[in-house]
Amino acid sequence: MSANDSPAGDALRDPSFLADLRRDLLRFAELQLRDQAAAEDAVQETLAAALSGQDRFAGQAALKTWVFAILKNKIVDTLRRRQRTATITSLVPDDDEQEDDFAVLFNPGRHWNPADRPQHWGDPEATFAQQQFWVVFEVCLTRLPENTARVFMMREFLGLETPDICLELALTPSHCHVILHRARMGLRLCLEQRWFTPENPIC
Amino acid sequence: MLTCQQATRLLSEAQDRKLRLKEQWPLKLHLLICSGCDHFRQQMDFLRQACRRYSVAPPNAGDAE
Repeated sequence: MSANDSPAGDALRDPSFLADLRRDLLRFAELQLRDQAAAEDAVQETLAAALSGQDRFAGQAALKTWVFAILKNKIVDTLRRRQRTATITSLVPDDDEQEDDFAVLFNPGRHWNPADRPQHWGDPEATFAQQQFWVVFEVCLTRLPENTARVFMMREFLGLETPDICLELALTPSHCHVILHRARMGLRLCLEQRWFTPENPIC
Repeated sequence: MLTCQQATRLLSEAQDRKLRLKEQWPLKLHLLICSGCDHFRQQMDFLRQACRRYSVAPPNAGDAE
């Protein structure tokens, strides 16, 4: 057996790999659960499940992907549990203020103001290859209002279908779409301002 | 004629549901003449790709501190 093709449990006993992985898992879980204790629990359960796994992995990248898939299931479980115990706050309040934020991007005829017109972002792969981009990406996700971010991440990170999310959160489909739309408006605006700086506009 | 505000809303919803034909045509027409909304369309695809990339295994963003 080569070192690059070992059971998950063995690879996870490499302390420095485990420490890095744990930190990444925790950040991912906190971003979505916005609750440190719940995030710690989800990560703990994930690592316990991973350590007992007999699956073999060719390299740490494949292992990391697998561990994140376990974590995503744990996060979905946590969100469902939370929903059942009705601790989720109403989804209405933190959304209302935002609508006006985005209305200012448009003129009275509801077309883009020249200064706010979306820019061309270039080749996505070139952007994704830059580590600093992901720092900005996380900052922008963190800046979304909590409930807006939660719905968005259920959709885009956990891969749930929109009708399931609506059902889960007891939202009407149109409210669900509004929330997702606001999340995307907020995220793209943040990325455009903080990453795709307006210094070199390409129209 | 669609406004940009309506077009952005449809472009976002297109990420979650299949648009109806009567929504698709005005949108296509709008995108032909509006570079801002066409960029917005590309940005929606960018966000989806970025999220997919990030959630499969987040790049080590924290390392760059």
